[in-house]
Amino acid sequence: MSLELKNVSKRVAGITHVKETSLTLETGHFNVLLGETGSGKTSLIKLMAGLDSLASGQIILNGRDVSGLSAQKRNISLVHQFFVNYPHMSVFDNIASPLKVAGVARSEIEGRVDEAAGILKLKPFLNRKPHELSGGQQQRTALARAIVKESDAVFLDEPLANLDYKLREELRDQLPELFAGRGAVVVYATSEPEEALLLGGQTALMTDGKVVQFGPTADIYRKPRDLDAAKVFSNPPINVAGVTKQGERVILNETTSWTLPGAAATLADGPYTLAIRPHHVLPVETPAHSVRLSGRVLVTELSGSESSAHFEMSGQPWVSLSAGVHPYQVGEVHTFHLDPNHCFFFTPDGTLAA
Amino acid sequence: MKKLNQRAWLFVTPVLLLVAFNALIPMMTVVNYSVQETFGDNLFFWQGIDWFEQVLTSERFHKALGRQFLFTFLILIIEVPLGVAIALAMPRQGFWVPFCLVTMALPMLIPWNVVGAMWNIFTLPDIGLLGYFMNHTLGIPYDMTQNPFAAWVTIVIMDVWHWTSLVVLLAYAGLVSIPNAYYQAAEIDGASGWAVFRFIQLPKMKTVLTIAILLRFMDSFNIYTEPFVLTGGGPGNSTTLLSIDLVKIALGQFDLGPAAAMSLIYFAITLLVSWLFYTLMTMNDNKS
Repeated sequence: MSLELKNVSKRVAGITHVKETSLTLETGHFNVLLGETGSGKTSLIKLMAGLDSLASGQIILNGRDVSGLSAQKRNISLVHQFFVNYPHMSVFDNIASPLKVAGVARSEIEGRVDEAAGILKLKPFLNRKPHELSGGQQQRTALARAIVKESDAVFLDEPLANLDYKLREELRDQLPELFAGRGAVVVYATSEPEEALLLGGQTALMTDGKVVQFGPTADIYRKPRDLDAAKVFSNPPINVAGVTKQGERVILNETTSWTLPGAAATLADGPYTLAIRPHHVLPVETPAHSVRLSGRVLVTELSGSESSAHFEMSGQPWVSLSAGVHPYQVGEVHTFHLDPNHCFFFTPDGTLAA
Repeated sequence: MKKLNQRAWLFVTPVLLLVAFNALIPMMTVVNYSVQETFGDNLFFWQGIDWFEQVLTSERFHKALGRQFLFTFLILIIEVPLGVAIALAMPRQGFWVPFCLVTMALPMLIPWNVVGAMWNIFTLPDIGLLGYFMNHTLGIPYDMTQNPFAAWVTIVIMDVWHWTSLVVLLAYAGLVSIPNAYYQAAEIDGASGWAVFRFIQLPKMKTVLTIAILLRFMDSFNIYTEPFVLTGGGPGNSTTLLSIDLVKIALGQFDLGPAAAMSLIYFAITLLVSWLFYTLMTMNDNKS
C-alpha cells in the first residue's frame, strides 16, 4: 500500500500554503513530517486527508486517484493535536462511531472496540465520558478511533504535543507497535527532531510550505541536502557561520582556523557556510574535539542530564550542548571545542558541498 | 486563645447595607403588606394568611397564571429553535460577521415601551403598515384591539422579534467556540449534517443554551411593559398576564394586601420553575 502525492499544492486567497510537492509514502514504517510550526505540515495533512481541496496535482491512495474525493470516501483516519472526541458520548460509543456510520453489525462493533480498547488500555473507562478522562486517556480514545476503523491511511498531526512529558514518552513507545501490521500508511507530523529520530522510518523535512528533503530518517539526519534541511533537523538550533576555505585549511575568523579532514579537503577554495550541531561543540577538549573556539557565555541551561551554553563569538551566536553538568560563568569568556569531522559545508546558494 | 478579629464586619457592611436597601427591606415591606389589611393613615390590621388563600383560590389569578405559562411556553418554543437555527445559518468568519451581529443586536437595544408603541402603531388597522396591509390589501380581518386571537399572535410575534436575538447571540457564541478539528473528525467519520448538529454542535452549545432558556424564561415570565403598551391586557382580559394583573390590583384597585400576597406567590413560582429547570438541565453533568 502506498500514498502518492504528485505535484500537489494548496493556495488560499492567493497565498501559497503548500508549494508543489511530490512524495511517495509507504506502509510498514512511520512517515514523519518534520518542520516548525507554520511550515505546512498540517496543511499537507489536510490535503492528503481530503479536508482541503487541491490547487493542483494528484493524490493516489493504493493505486486509486482520490484527488477529488471527500475525506469520508478516502477511508482514512486523523488524530489531532487537540483531543477530539464526541463530548457527550461514552468512550465506547466514541471508538465505535466510525463503525456505526459505516453500518458495521453490532456484534462485530463490540469485538473490534473491545480489541482496540484493550491495546490502548481503555477497557476500564469504556462507560465514561471524554471529559471524565485524563488528557492521555482522551488522546488514547482518539487513537483507538483511528485504529478501529482499519483505514488505508492514518494521519497523526502532532498527537503528543498536548500531553505531559511522561505520557508523551509512554504513548510514543506504544505508537509503532500500535500500527505495525495494520497495513495502513502512517503519516506522523511533529516539530521535534527527536520524535522523528525515534519514530521515523522515513522523514520529510518541511519549511515554508515545501518538502526540502525526503528519505530514510537516519540518512537525511547525516546528510542534509541543504542548509534549510540542516536547520529543520536540529534542536537546539544548528550553529551556522560563514567561513573561507584556503588550500587545506578553513578559516572561521582571525584566530580560528583548522585543517580540513576527509572529503571537505577536496572542496574548491572560496566562501562556504559552515553548520555544526550543538552536541558537536563541547566545553571540554577530547581527541576528536580538537578545534578551539573562544566565546563569551550569554545564557546557560541545565536539563538534568544535559547542559547547554549559548555563547557569542565575533558577533555570531553559538550553542554548545554537552552531557552532564558544566559550571559556566555567564558573561565570561570560555573555550569551547569543535569536532571538525562533523561539520557540514554549504555553498553560498545553500546546497551541501561536504 | 487568639482573640477574634471582628474588623471583617466593617468591610462587609457597605454590601450588607446595599442589599438591605435594594432587596431585603422592600421585600420585607411586601411581606408586611401581605399579612395585613391596610387603610389610609397607616392603619394596619392583622390578617394572617387570608390574602394568600384568597389569591390562590381566585379564578382570576388562575386564569392570569395560565395565560402567563401559555405565553412563556409559546415564546420559548419559538425563540429557542429559531435562535439556534439563525445562529447555525450565520457566517463564522469574514466580512458579514459584524454586520450580522449588529443587525441581530438591534431589537434588543430598543427601549421596551418603544417596542410596545412601535408594534401598536405597526398593527393599527387604519394606518399601521401591517394592519392596513392585512385588512385592506389581503382582506384578512386583523385587529388586535377587537380579536383576542389577533392580540395573542401580535404579542407573541412582538416578543419573538424583540428577544430571539438573545438566543441567537448566545448560541452563536457557543458555536464559534467549537474547534474546527471536531468538524474535521466528523467529516472523516462521514457523519451527516444532522449528526454533526446532534453530536457536536448541540452538546457544545448546551451550557449557553441553558443560560439562554433560563434568561428567556425569567424575562418572559415577568414581562410587563411591552404587552401593557401594546394591548393593555385586552381585549377584555385576554392578554392580561400576571404582572399586568398584579399592577391592576395594586395600583388600580389599591388592594395592597392581595397584591403583596400575589407578588410573593409570583416570585416563588418564578424561583421554583427556574430552579427546577436548571436542576434538570445540569443533572446529567453532576452525576459523575
